[in-house]
Amino acid sequence: MYPSRFRYEAPRSLDQAIDLLRTGGGEAKVLAGGQSLVPLLKLRFAAPELLVDINNIPGLDYHRVDPDGTIRIGALCRHADLERSTVLSSGQPTMAAAAPLIADPIVRNRGTLVGSLCHADPQGDWASVMTALGGHVVAQGADGRRSIPVAQFVTGPFQNVLAIDEIAVEAVVPAPKGTVAGGYLKLERRVGDFATAGVAVAIETSGELITRAGIGLTGVGGATIDAVDAAKALVGRPLSAESIGQAADLAAQAARPRTDHRGSAEYKRHIVHTFVVRILSRITESAERAA
Amino acid sequence: MTSLYEEISPDPPDNVPVRRVTMTVNGEKRAADVEPRLLLAHLLRYGFMLTGTHTGCDTSNCGACTVLFDGKAIKSCTMLAVQADGHDVETVEGLATASELHPIQEGFKHEHGLQCGFCTPGMMLAAKALLDENDDPTEDEVRWAMSGNLCRCTGYQNIVKSVLWAAEKLRAEGRS
Ligand SMILES: Cc1cc2nc3c(=O)[nH]c(=O)nc-3n(C[C@H](O)[C@H](O)[C@H](O)COP(=O)(O)OP(=O)(O)OC[C@H]3O[C@@H](n4cnc5c(N)ncnc54)[C@H](O)[C@@H]3O)c2cc1C
Ligand code: FES
Ligand code: FES
Repeated sequence: MYPSRFRYEAPRSLDQAIDLLRTGGGEAKVLAGGQSLVPLLKLRFAAPELLVDINNIPGLDYHRVDPDGTIRIGALCRHADLERSTVLSSGQPTMAAAAPLIADPIVRNRGTLVGSLCHADPQGDWASVMTALGGHVVAQGADGRRSIPVAQFVTGPFQNVLAIDEIAVEAVVPAPKGTVAGGYLKLERRVGDFATAGVAVAIETSGELITRAGIGLTGVGGATIDAVDAAKALVGRPLSAESIGQAADLAAQAARPRTDHRGSAEYKRHIVHTFVVRILSRITESAERAA
Repeated sequence: MTSLYEEISPDPPDNVPVRRVTMTVNGEKRAADVEPRLLLAHLLRYGFMLTGTHTGCDTSNCGACTVLFDGKAIKSCTMLAVQADGHDVETVEGLATASELHPIQEGFKHEHGLQCGFCTPGMMLAAKALLDENDDPTEDEVRWAMSGNLCRCTGYQNIVKSVLWAAEKLRAEGRS
């Protein structure tokens, strides 16, 4: 298998890349880690006229925490960088839990978080994580930069809101106002498989009370699911067996799974329920241990 | 050297310019004129005749095509040859010297880490990437690092043993 023909450019600056995308007029595609795009090119599900490889643009491979706690992930920060990140393992449990579960170790050496958001696969793990965290994508085009909440960034399976000459330059997790907790659980048939179902939970607490909550679901709908009602059931009260049960029920209701080779719809819904309970119970247990 | 898919696709690349790329392959400078859509795995196999890099699944799943790209394990069927321009590529052919097998190769021989051998080049390079970074991995760490490489024959037990054997040898030789 090999791709159909295309022109290839590897610009050295974002401005050049944006210019190339503009002249490509919708027939151009950004190449980041290539771990979704190259397989699509080979299958000829994608046949762009021009590929704009952003890998030679300096200064995009970072991930960092600003002094105020905002987390920024550059467009060339690879899954493997996040898997090894001490910044995440000490401060962002939902992302730290997800990073080692993306694809397999070799794919993680190339694939990027931002590319995964752009690819907008309903099966993509980062989109649910960033949805739970209330993250956004910073897009840069000829007219400058704009910030788009992840929940609005994806418009459907494999579709995002980027204009033809826009590049997603960074993903941002807003600074937390309380103490952060959370996790990501993914059921996969084997290492490297996409999720049968996945659940991302991110909460912030102030004292006993939950002040913010987000729950994102992977692989159980035509797009990443933002389980808003389930998250709301947690806010404004302490975490309890009752609130955990309510959130899990509402998350399972929000799921829109389909029966396929990975399992039945009923089974996937059950997993969503179980994972919400499991992540939140672990948070309670570790809080009890700390006390 | 020009590398195109012309043998498999006859129409000439009229408006598609061929690009000159230079890269270091197993320590040697190599140059080629490639059309942008050429996959790195195909440049290595059909352009440079380094057929140790296997293509198993062609769908980015199996890891048989694993090579080291600037020291990191990547799937060469999932990277364009043009992207390797100016970079360092290491294939299974780069492991042994004229007279000596690499300890990883010795390990696979000693511990029977292969049966048909199809997955072996990819396995060895994934192992090399691990051992370059961690010369004393636990069994779990070996399994984790090799989890992107599929083997249809061995059941993995002996592959893991081979890598642990190689790690020990590299430590004993002070080469790691
Ligand atoms: C074997 C295998 C298993 C996998 N398993 C999983 C898994 O379990 N979970 C998971 O979430 N993913 C999985 N993936 C996908 C992987 O995470 C990809 O890395 C990711 O989906 C895309 O990121 P990329 O950097 O590789 O993007 P690319 O493949 O380069 O691009 C993907 C798409 O996004 C666009 N794009 C990329 N970056 C930008 C940008 N900065 N601005 C604008 N557009 C952009 C491209 O034009 C393209 O349309 C797997 C892939 C493989 C090959
Ligand atoms: S041939 Fe490249 S991953 Fe299987
Ligand atoms: S030895 Fe046959 S595939 Fe691994």
